[in-house]
Amino acid sequence: MQFNKYLPSLSLLVFLAVWQGAASYLHNNTLPTPYTVAMVLWQAIVSGQLPYHLGVTLLRLVVSFSISMLLGCAIGIVLGRNKPLNAFFDNWLVIFLNVPALVTIILCYVWFGLVESAAILAVVINKLPNVIVTIREGTRALNSDLMDMARCYHFSKRKTLCHVILPQLQPFIMGATRSGLALIWKIILVVELLGRSNGMGYQLHLFFQMFDVASILAYTIAFVAVIQLIEWLILKPLDNKALRWRR
Amino acid sequence: MTDVQINIINKTYIGTAQPTIANFSLSLQANEFVCLVGSSGCGKTTLLNCLSGLDTHYEGEIQVGQQHTAPKIGYIFQNPRLLPWRTVRENIELVLESEQSPTLIDPLLETMQLTQSQHEYPERLSVGMNRRVAIIRAFAVNPDLLLMDEPFVSLDPPTARDVRSLLLQLWQQRPHTVLFVTHDLREAIALADRLIFLASAPMRVINDIVVPIPRTQRHDEAAIENFRQQLINHYPDIKHLL
Repeated sequence: MQFNKYLPSLSLLVFLAVWQGAASYLHNNTLPTPYTVAMVLWQAIVSGQLPYHLGVTLLRLVVSFSISMLLGCAIGIVLGRNKPLNAFFDNWLVIFLNVPALVTIILCYVWFGLVESAAILAVVINKLPNVIVTIREGTRALNSDLMDMARCYHFSKRKTLCHVILPQLQPFIMGATRSGLALIWKIILVVELLGRSNGMGYQLHLFFQMFDVASILAYTIAFVAVIQLIEWLILKPLDNKALRWRR
Repeated sequence: MTDVQINIINKTYIGTAQPTIANFSLSLQANEFVCLVGSSGCGKTTLLNCLSGLDTHYEGEIQVGQQHTAPKIGYIFQNPRLLPWRTVRENIELVLESEQSPTLIDPLLETMQLTQSQHEYPERLSVGMNRRVAIIRAFAVNPDLLLMDEPFVSLDPPTARDVRSLLLQLWQQRPHTVLFVTHDLREAIALADRLIFLASAPMRVINDIVVPIPRTQRHDEAAIENFRQQLINHYPDIKHLL
């Protein structure tokens, strides 16, 4: 099926064509043509504005993502393996899962001030319960035959974690990573919009005040491209490496 | 010399009235190969789990070897229970203690004819090969007691015969005390020094019979069948197991 290979590119072209068609038809500043957006994007890159703000946001992403994944995996494994602790903390999880992101962000800024650490904390609090729940479900589904084998052969805690537990949790960790990246991006923008003076969210806020739709779209494209790059360059290779043992 | 002494007074699973094992005692000599023969569900796996330390909820006492530290147990499960994300060699290396050299695996791989496949992942190998890896893993820890829970149960007869003879070869090179669970009497006769016949609910010993066939004649199917017939004639009370 040679044709199937070209379907993804074709669908992208159709998308651009529809966009171009709609923009030409409306002929309005609120929907610029793909060409206009591409030029704005180029300008923003050359001027250094976009790389700077994107870099700042990416840095916040990396820090808050790492903290939530590390903490979330640790807490998730503990809760998944310990019934009384899970019964105790289950309600807390439900509460944190259901607090709206905006509320945590506002509270963090009110309590800790408009500082970087408050911004990071707000993102972590929003993401952490998701990671915990995903990893907890994965831990509950651990193969007890293999756990018994590890116990019978006196595996140390570290050995059991690295060779028996984590490989089984791999699909859950990747799931939490992908959904986490998507979620954290969106929350970081709100955090920046409300209380930081740099980053993508801050820029988008400025563009909104000026009704500069072309810039908004240009920044959005940069965004999506970076996420896609992370998927191709980091997550896919990780997946392939982790699943090399499958038939 | 008694090497393993088992006295289980009572093992009852939570939520059941009937004990699975009651007043069960058995002793094994050093480097003796003992087969437990009993119908499925009679409590053989439960006994092995108590011996391996996986199940500690029982009344009674189990003494393995002379030392007072936790004994080293090599357990070959019904399913090989290999880690699918680790290669054959990594699976075996993982059970070694830090002072054991990884090179001690090489002769084991050689005997079990797995040297060529040591860097493959278990899912890419046949079922019989996986069983052989599980056998190596159990021998590699140099255990005080080797437990085997119907390790050849789902193999086709020719493969089971091959793996069995490899197991015997390995065991003769490196004698260990073995407790082997099966419900296949021919397999038990081919392997064991001593057969223990079990009744169920609760599990208890009905007969304890020494296999007189010399080790050199164990591959002879006629000799095994002959001994099986003798058992059927002499012990009518274990007929349902034969």
